[in-house]
Amino acid sequence: MPDSLLFGTEVLLNGLMAGVLYALVALGFVLIFKASGIFNYAQGVMALFAALTLVGIMEGQVPFSHLINAAFGTDIHHFGWHVPALVAIIITMVVMVFLAWAVNHFVMRHLVNQEPIILFMATIGLAYFLEGFGDLMWGSDIKKLDVGLPQGGSFWIEENTQWLGFGNENFYGFFLDKLDLVATVIAAILVAALVIFAQYTKQGRAMRAVADDHQAALSVGISLNFIWIMVWSVAGFVALVAGIMWGAKSGVQFSLSLIALKALPVLMLGGFTSIPGAIVGGLIIGVGEKLFEFAIGPYIGGATENWFAYVLALIFLVFRPQGLFGEKIIERV
Amino acid sequence: MSAQESYVTEDGRTIGPTVMEMKNITLRFGGVKAITDISFDIREGEIRAIIGPNGAGKSSMLNVISGFYIPQDGEVWYKGEKRPPMKPYEVAQQGIARTFQNIALFEGMSVLDNVMTGRMRQMQSGMLAQALWRGKAEKEEVENREAVEKIIDFLEIQAIRKTPVARLPYGLKKRVELARALAAEPSILLLDEPMAGMNVEEKEDMSRFILDVNDEFGTTIALIEHDMGVVMDLSDRVVVMDYGKKIGDGTPDEVRSNQAVIDAYLGVAHD
Repeated sequence: MPDSLLFGTEVLLNGLMAGVLYALVALGFVLIFKASGIFNYAQGVMALFAALTLVGIMEGQVPFSHLINAAFGTDIHHFGWHVPALVAIIITMVVMVFLAWAVNHFVMRHLVNQEPIILFMATIGLAYFLEGFGDLMWGSDIKKLDVGLPQGGSFWIEENTQWLGFGNENFYGFFLDKLDLVATVIAAILVAALVIFAQYTKQGRAMRAVADDHQAALSVGISLNFIWIMVWSVAGFVALVAGIMWGAKSGVQFSLSLIALKALPVLMLGGFTSIPGAIVGGLIIGVGEKLFEFAIGPYIGGATENWFAYVLALIFLVFRPQGLFGEKIIERV
Repeated sequence: MSAQESYVTEDGRTIGPTVMEMKNITLRFGGVKAITDISFDIREGEIRAIIGPNGAGKSSMLNVISGFYIPQDGEVWYKGEKRPPMKPYEVAQQGIARTFQNIALFEGMSVLDNVMTGRMRQMQSGMLAQALWRGKAEKEEVENREAVEKIIDFLEIQAIRKTPVARLPYGLKKRVELARALAAEPSILLLDEPMAGMNVEEKEDMSRFILDVNDEFGTTIALIEHDMGVVMDLSDRVVVMDYGKKIGDGTPDEVRSNQAVIDAYLGVAHD
């Protein structure tokens, strides 16, 4: 087989893996959007906050240590213990549930029946608040997140795909990052769980009902507060998973919140209301930008990954504004 | 007749004791009094109508009963107990179902799913059990599904079971909303202008369904209606409101011959 074809295939596979990570963030957006009609701009920051909290707890960091030190003239930074990853993840999830409660109690509860754009603005505010709060709580330095997920390339795959070269001496098998493989499996489980939850449980049905009509939901005995706390908790959980994956891949740093922006084109492609759409959209963007960079990039100066996703989303907006799987908006005249 | 004694109507239905009583309800929006000192009761198994001209405060009254408005003064007694101020969803969980004047359905969901949401109160098993679809949860889902199918048959909407509600015409939406409220097996069913905006044929259908529901399931119904003719045919007792005040209460015949009611509906010369 020729080099370029084999290399192209490897780029495609790695694009798929990157796409899974985009999809993970996009999922959080879709979930809240479907359940409450709110486009949650803060989803990316929530992933960052979850990752920061997780690292902080694992390393035994003292929260607000800068603030405490500045106020009392002390010099404390660490408790001096290390928490096992699994325990830390559970504690972080508790923090995310508390965050969900706080978001509902202090923000969303007061905005019932407001225009979607106002809710959207509120989430922008939330994003900035949470970014600042995360900084204040855990500090702004780049942190390493190691929850024991496998790192590095998978030799097994490399060895077992070598024959695909059919005697091509330059080919040593496909190189796939183990972490990306794990992320793919986790994303698949997550999606299956979310779909089952939304379609087959009473709470899932209640969630869809609330998204559709607040008044009607109340009239059949659904508590809005309960559903919203639940929705934000689930979004917090998805953010935590996304935060762990991105954090393990590229370290926990504040640019992590920018991946939220990559989720936008993913959502435009997949449709804002579709869970499978978020997955497929993520994969298309991931593969698309990698392949485009590989095939066209060299001729136009490279760095196409920065803008490719957005241009693709723009083209989609022209021809299919509701996305691949979104609900078509029909206005009766 | 005393309020606590059961009696049998001419058409053979049994009307039981009082299930809900409104005592001296007053509701204000800022300086505007929507309801002034109104009292009335609803008895088990009866069809109770609230009528009155536009802006009389009928819908406000229904919203007080269903918990969407909390009155400034007065008490709501339900099943012999005074009800503390409650959220609408808590009222619904107590078995008071309602429909809305402007239809509030889950537009994106199918008719079946809409009606299933009415069963929230009846579904008890945990989230995990439901997700895994095992044992009690499965049995429960099947039971609820059967109950819902029965109602769907009853209201003759089998043909549109899987249709997304957004695609249905107005009259059918009203019927789906009724089905959802019925699915809750409510002890009181509140209907806010069930026949508003319907043509004669649709009105006749709806009237028939309301009577059948009351007859078949023995459901207590409180309804608001504009159309005097319809109300007089349907209801056992009627409350008449005008400018937030109660001006009449009694059987359709009593109300029809009440001078204050005639004045409110036909207008009277103020001299």
